[in-house]
Amino acid sequence: MKTRTRNILIYMLLILWGIIVLFPFYWMILTSVKSYGSYNGEYVPKFFTLSPTFENYVTAFTAVPLAKYFFNTFIFTVVTTAIMMVVVVLSAFAFARLDFKGKDILFSLFLSLMMIPNELVIITNFVTITNLNLRNTFLGLILPSVTSVFYIYLLKENFEQIPENLYKAAKVDGTSDFRYLTKVMLPISRPTLITITILKVIECWNSYVWPRLITDDQNYFLVSNGIQEIRENGFGRENVPAMMAAVVVISVPLVVLFLVFRHKIMEGVARGGTKG
Amino acid sequence: MKKNLTAWLCLLPAILFLGVFMVYPLIDVFVYSFEEGYNFASQSFWSVGFYNYSYVLHDPFFIQALKNTFIIVIITVPLSTGIALLISLELSSIKALRDLFQTIYFLPYVTNTLAVGLVFMILFKKTAYSDGLISILIQLFGGPSVDFIDGPYWAKMFVMCFYTIWIVMPFKILILTSALASVNPMYYKAAQVDNTPKWRIFYKITLPMISPMVFYLVITGFIGAFKAYSDEVALFGTDLNAAGMNTIVGYVYDMLYGNSGGYPSYASAAALILFAIVFTITTINLMVSRKTVYYQ
Amino acid sequence: MKIVLEHLTKRFPNRNKKIKEDVVAVNDFNFTIPDGKLIGLLGPSGCGKSTALNLICGLEKPSEGKIFFGEKDITELPPEKRGVGLVFQNYALYPHLSVYDNIKFPLENLRGENKLTKEQMDKKIREAAKLVQIEELLDRRPNEMSGGQQQRVAIARALVKTPEVLLLDEPLSNLDARLRLQTREELKRIQQETGITTVFVTHDQEEAMSISDMIVVMKDGVLQQMGDPQSIYDEPANLFVASFLGTPQINVFTGCIKNEKVCIGDSVLLDAPGKDDLEVYVAIRPEGFVVDENGPFECTFVNREVMGRDTSLIVTHPEFIGEKIRAIIPSDEAVHEKDGKVRFSLKPKKVCVFDGETTERIML
Repeated sequence: MKTRTRNILIYMLLILWGIIVLFPFYWMILTSVKSYGSYNGEYVPKFFTLSPTFENYVTAFTAVPLAKYFFNTFIFTVVTTAIMMVVVVLSAFAFARLDFKGKDILFSLFLSLMMIPNELVIITNFVTITNLNLRNTFLGLILPSVTSVFYIYLLKENFEQIPENLYKAAKVDGTSDFRYLTKVMLPISRPTLITITILKVIECWNSYVWPRLITDDQNYFLVSNGIQEIRENGFGRENVPAMMAAVVVISVPLVVLFLVFRHKIMEGVARGGTKG
Repeated sequence: MKKNLTAWLCLLPAILFLGVFMVYPLIDVFVYSFEEGYNFASQSFWSVGFYNYSYVLHDPFFIQALKNTFIIVIITVPLSTGIALLISLELSSIKALRDLFQTIYFLPYVTNTLAVGLVFMILFKKTAYSDGLISILIQLFGGPSVDFIDGPYWAKMFVMCFYTIWIVMPFKILILTSALASVNPMYYKAAQVDNTPKWRIFYKITLPMISPMVFYLVITGFIGAFKAYSDEVALFGTDLNAAGMNTIVGYVYDMLYGNSGGYPSYASAAALILFAIVFTITTINLMVSRKTVYYQ
Repeated sequence: MKIVLEHLTKRFPNRNKKIKEDVVAVNDFNFTIPDGKLIGLLGPSGCGKSTALNLICGLEKPSEGKIFFGEKDITELPPEKRGVGLVFQNYALYPHLSVYDNIKFPLENLRGENKLTKEQMDKKIREAAKLVQIEELLDRRPNEMSGGQQQRVAIARALVKTPEVLLLDEPLSNLDARLRLQTREELKRIQQETGITTVFVTHDQEEAMSISDMIVVMKDGVLQQMGDPQSIYDEPANLFVASFLGTPQINVFTGCIKNEKVCIGDSVLLDAPGKDDLEVYVAIRPEGFVVDENGPFECTFVNREVMGRDTSLIVTHPEFIGEKIRAIIPSDEAVHEKDGKVRFSLKPKKVCVFDGETTERIML
C-alpha cells in the first residue's frame, strides 16, 4: 500500500514537470492556429480552438522574410558544420596519429584555450570582422565559429582509443596515413563524429549573440535574429498568432531532428555537451 | 621531416582560426581594457590606465546588471540542480513511461531559446486585450493582477528565473539520470541485504556515487548562469537596460554594439570583470568539491 | 624465402628517464631462417621476441645490423615494400568492415602495375578464405565471430597478398585451451600448404615445440639457442633453456663434480671424465627418474599424483632448488617406499650438468 501511494506521488510529480515542459509548446501551436480576431477577442484565453486556421502561417511567410531567415540559417548551419568537421578531423588526426616536434606543448596550448569564455574574445572578433568589412556577410558569420578546441579534444581521445595494432596492420599492408584516416579511423569513430555534428547543428541553429552583433541587414538574419526582429517590428507588433506561427516553424526542424535521432542526441549531449 | 610537415599542414587551419579568433582577441581584450578614451572611428586613445574599469564599476547600469546576474545565479543554480536531482531520482525509480518522460524532458534543449522565450512572454505578459494566462490563473486563486514582463522587478525576476530553469533543466536531468544509471546495482543489493533504510541508501550510497556529476553540474551551472543573456533578450527584448533586466554579458554587448554601443574599451573591462568573477567562483567550487566529492 | 639476420640490435631509450642507459631489446642477433620452414621464436615475456618480429616486418628500425630476405638487403625498406604478412596477437581486424572487406583491405592498397581488378581481388579473397576455411563467414563482422574464427580471418588477410614471409605474434594466446590445440595444427597445415617461410612468436614452449620446424630461444634480448625442438629439449645449451623447455619443468639441484664423478650431496650419480672440483647445477628431466631400490639417489616421499597414463611422484631433496621434485614414472610401476624415503636411479640421457657460475652446459 505504502509503495503504491509513493508510486502515484512519483508519477504525479513527473507528469507535473512534463506539463510544465510541454505547455509552452502546446500553447504556441494552439495560438498559431487561432485567428487574429479570435485571439484578441479572448480576455481569458481558451485552451483549445474549434476553428483552426492556417492563415497565420501564410502571414508568417509573407509579411516577414521568414523563408529568407530559414534559408540563411540553413546555409550558415551546413557550411559552418562542414568546415568545422574538416578542421577538427584534421587536427585531431595530427594530434592522435602523427608525430611531430612540439606536439605536447601545442596540445596543452589548445587545451588551455578551452577555458577562455566566448564573451572575452567576442569583442575583438567584432572589431576584426568589422574592420575586414565582413559585417553582413556569410563569411563574417561563419569564420569565428569553425574551430572548436573541445571537439578536437573529444575526437582526439576517440582516435587514440583505436588499437595501435590496427595502424600497424595497415602499415604492413602499405596503407598511407590518409587512407588509414578515411578508411579506418573515421568509420570507427562514426558515433563521435555524429555526436559532434548534431551538437554543432543545434548550436548553429540556435546561435543568437554573434549573428546579432555582426548583421543588421535583414537579408543576413538567422532565425534567432529574425524572431527578435519579428517581436520588435514584425506583424504590427500585436499579431501574436502570426508570431507564434513563426515560432512553430522555427522550432519544428530541430524538434523533428531530435525525435528522429533521440537516443543518439541524448547520448551525445550526455558525453560532451553543454548548452550554449 | 616529411611527417612533421604533414602534421603541421593538418593543424594549420585550426591554428590559423584559433590564432585569429581566440588568441589574438584574448591579448587584445586586455589591451582594450587599459586604453582610455578609445575612439572606434579614429582608432585612437589618449592614455593607458584603469579608467575603463573605474567607469564600468561606477556605471549604474553595470551595477544593476551585476545585481541581476547574481540574483539569477543564486536562485537558479541551486534550484535547478535540486529539482533536476529530484526528477532524475524519480525517473530512475520507475520503469513504465520512463523513455517517454525522458524524451519530453529533453525537448527544451533542442529548441531555439529566442523562439520559446516569445511563448513565455505571451503567457506572462499583460496586454490591452488580456492580462496574460498566468496572471489570470493567479487571479482565479484570488491573487492580484500582475504584469510579469513590464511590471514590478520581482515579477520580472520571477519569470526570468523560471525561464532560465526551464531552459537548463534538460541537460541537468540527462546528466543526472545517466549518472544514476551508472551506479552499480550491486551496491543497492548489498544495502538491501543489510536492511538499510531508503533515505540512508540515498545519502550514503547514491549521493556519494553521483557527487562528481552533481558538482560538474553545479560548476557548469554557475558558469552558464553568470553568462546569462539570450534568455533575457527572449523575454524582455533587446533593450534590457530599459527593462532593468540587463546582465553582465548583456552590458558587454550593449557597450560594444546596440543603442549605447561603440565602446569596446568599456566592453572589454566589463568582460574581464565578469571573467574574474567566474574564475573566482569556479576556483572556490573546485576547492569545495575536492573536500566533499567522492571520486572513484 | 630465407631470412638472414646479421648483428641485428635494437635499443630503446629507457622508459624511466632518469636512467640514461638504453634498454637493449634485441642484442646482436645472427641467424638464418631457412626457406619454407615454420620457426618458433620462444622466450619469456619481455625478452624482446616481439621486437625481433617487428624488426623483421619493418615496423621497427634496427639500431644496428642488417636483415636480408634471400640475397636482398631489406633493412631500410618500409614494411609495405618487404612483402610480409603479419598477424597480431589480438588479430587487429578492422571492426567496422566485414570479413570480406577486411581481407580485401590490403589488396586495395596495391598501386601501379600491381593494381588488381575487382574480379582478381574477389578471386584472391575467396582463395584465401578457402585456405583458412572461413568461406561461409565472409559477410560477418569481426565482433560476430569467435576468437578462433577471427584468427583465421587475420591469417587470411595476411596471406591474401601472397607474402613471401608470414609473421605471427603470439597467434594462439587469445584462444582457449581446446581451440589452441586445434588452431596450432591448422597453422601447421596452412604453412605446409602454402610453403611460406613463417615466423611466430610465443611464450608457450609447448606450442613452439609442437609445431615448429625450428625453435629460437631468447632471453633478455640475447639469443640462447636455436635448433629443432627435439635437440633443444635433449641438449639444452644452458640452464635457462633447460628450465624453460618441457612440462613439467626440469628439476634442478645444486651439486658438484669431484674426482670425475657428478654428485648431488652424498649421492654419486654419473661419470664425468676429465672433470674435477667444480660447483655445478644438475638438472634432471621428470621422466629421467627410475624407481630403483638400489638406486644411488635418495629422496623424501611426499605424495603421488595419478594422471592415468603415468604417475607423478612428488618428492623432496635438500639440494633441490625450489619446493617439490616431480618424477614421472609409468603408472604400473610399484614404488618401494621405506621410512618415507624413495630411491631412484637416473637415465643418463635425461640428466644435464651446468656450470655453477656461467650456467653453460658441461658436456660429459
